[in-house]
Amino acid sequence: MKKIISVLLLALCLTSLFSVSIHAETPEINVYNWGEYIPDGTDGFIDLNEEFTKKTGIRVNYTTFQSNEEMYAKLSGGGVSYDLVFPSDYMISKMISHDMLEKINFDNIPNYKNIRDEFKNLEYDPQNEYSVPFTGGTVGIIYNKKLIKPETDLNTWDVLWNEDYKGQILMFSNSRDAFACAFSKLGYSLNTTDEKEWIEAAEELKKQRPLVQSYAMDQIMDKMIAGEAALAPYYAGDALICMSENEDLDFIIPDNAVFNRFVDAMCILKGSKHQKEAEAYINFILEPEIGEQISSYLGYTTVNKESYKLLDEEMRNSPISYPDENKLKNAEVFVALPESIDALQQELWTSIRADNSGSVWSIVLVIGAFALVWAAIAFYKRVIKRKKFK
Amino acid sequence: MNKKTKNRKKYLSAIYILWMLLFTILPLCLVVYFSLTSKDGNFSFENLKNIGEYTPVFLSSIKLSAISTIICLLLGYPFAYIISKVKASKQVIFMIFIMLPMWINFLLRTYAWMTLLENNGIINKFFSLFGIGPFHMINTQGAVVLGMVYNFLPYMIIPIFNVITKIDKSVVEAAQDLGANNVHVMGRIIIPLSMPGIVSGITMVFVPAVSTFIISTMLGGGSNMMIGDLIELQFLGGSYDPNLGSALSLVLMVLILISMGIMNEFDDGEGDSMVL
Repeated sequence: MKKIISVLLLALCLTSLFSVSIHAETPEINVYNWGEYIPDGTDGFIDLNEEFTKKTGIRVNYTTFQSNEEMYAKLSGGGVSYDLVFPSDYMISKMISHDMLEKINFDNIPNYKNIRDEFKNLEYDPQNEYSVPFTGGTVGIIYNKKLIKPETDLNTWDVLWNEDYKGQILMFSNSRDAFACAFSKLGYSLNTTDEKEWIEAAEELKKQRPLVQSYAMDQIMDKMIAGEAALAPYYAGDALICMSENEDLDFIIPDNAVFNRFVDAMCILKGSKHQKEAEAYINFILEPEIGEQISSYLGYTTVNKESYKLLDEEMRNSPISYPDENKLKNAEVFVALPESIDALQQELWTSIRADNSGSVWSIVLVIGAFALVWAAIAFYKRVIKRKKFK
Repeated sequence: MNKKTKNRKKYLSAIYILWMLLFTILPLCLVVYFSLTSKDGNFSFENLKNIGEYTPVFLSSIKLSAISTIICLLLGYPFAYIISKVKASKQVIFMIFIMLPMWINFLLRTYAWMTLLENNGIINKFFSLFGIGPFHMINTQGAVVLGMVYNFLPYMIIPIFNVITKIDKSVVEAAQDLGANNVHVMGRIIIPLSMPGIVSGITMVFVPAVSTFIISTMLGGGSNMMIGDLIELQFLGGSYDPNLGSALSLVLMVLILISMGIMNEFDDGEGDSMVL
């Protein structure tokens, strides 16, 4: 009898370990989004997830990531069950080609009519089947006026390679964005498929490494606000937030050079068990008032024409959030790279970040030296022992 | 009766064996499998060959963690000896102070060091009150070592303390009766008898230090990458290459195993200090 009970208890323990979805009756969605990317109730903004739950009764399990690559690695590693993700442009096309996304049922998203036309049918999802844009923005350079010498020319991407700012430059830790800075400097297309150009860009980034204080994403914001670094490439929206916290900061998109314009969009993952709920979430985000809150909170360009009308005057006329057309002519949206270039990029990125001047023999030597020390000590001890016994 | 208890023991241990199979042996096999296959799943030595390139990263990790371990030992041993000598009621207080920081997640503690060490951080602000500084502290190798010493010092103190308190007082008294002075007692009695504690302390500091990541990212800046960061980069960072990442982990494991072998030679088989 006891045995049966203990077996039952054990079984119960094990099942409760693996079945998290016991509360399947209450509708819920699992959202996987960028860090600090929706209003969360601070600074007088709404708490988006709470508002959504209040309105629809759907519970939101919210998780965040720091880069597209991290998100992709997590999703392709399996074992996770998210419903809604917020990848950027090029990652969307990569995920479409890997059959990771579900087609969205636009009948459930009546608010789609609010989307500005320039955010429809973009290169990464030409038929507009898999994604609904969330925000847009541009990449430029954020800098601290107090730490920049007056003779420095900021209107060029070369400034990120300027020796005067050794140890004062922050750099993207996300490979695609980091490479884009190098391409902007070299004047190549951000979507180039020429291996030579990628290798050349990698050389530039390697040259830059000794000057870089640290490679970061969200931490760029904290460090720039604290005045720890002089310059960093950064997203326009986040730069606006930094500037509102520290008035020494300013933002520039260098003229006459290609730069990245990005779109982050909402996508439903293949195999999602909560597609309806996810579509309700998308529809909720496209409400004019909610969109206004998101853009005001993030400072990113809104994709929603009704929300744009609700923004305050200053925001609407900001050249950082809404650069003029003359500037935008140099903008490029990332598209997915061919498999071979993607692999090359990842390989190059490791060699940029880590000192790779060793060879096969050097590692063998290290392991050998370790083993030798071990053997020598063991041998020495045997000898001493034998002497003692004599 | 005897048979019954034996059976019961078997059932009980089965759970742990299953656990180890699932979460230790199986993942290890996967690491070996990944490190010996290429991206398309074919058998290849390419990954193991490629890691040779990153020897400098291995060497700098070993160097930094060895320095941290030595500092931990130099700081930790006298401290452990001193608290082993005070009254039991005071020992509890000392122990609480050692353990207290460990109640906070180590990420947060490292983050706190970041704000302390930054150029406009608290330490530099304090110095600037007296017109000194600013000192450049963050994003140096010294900051990484500091972060590791701070985080891993308790792992050095506790095993040494445990061993020293167990040393029989009569052994020390016997030595003194036979004319040994304090230096002799320390060098000939206390240190040799506390060797198991030292060995396990060194192992418990060196192993996590050599494989650490985040500490070096947060305090070491862009050019002080450690092997843990390099492995993280292969899985969650910009270069998704689990095969290379596994190969790196495999070599790291071999190096750690050898280091533990070396450490165990210093422990004369008295204690159960082997920490795997």
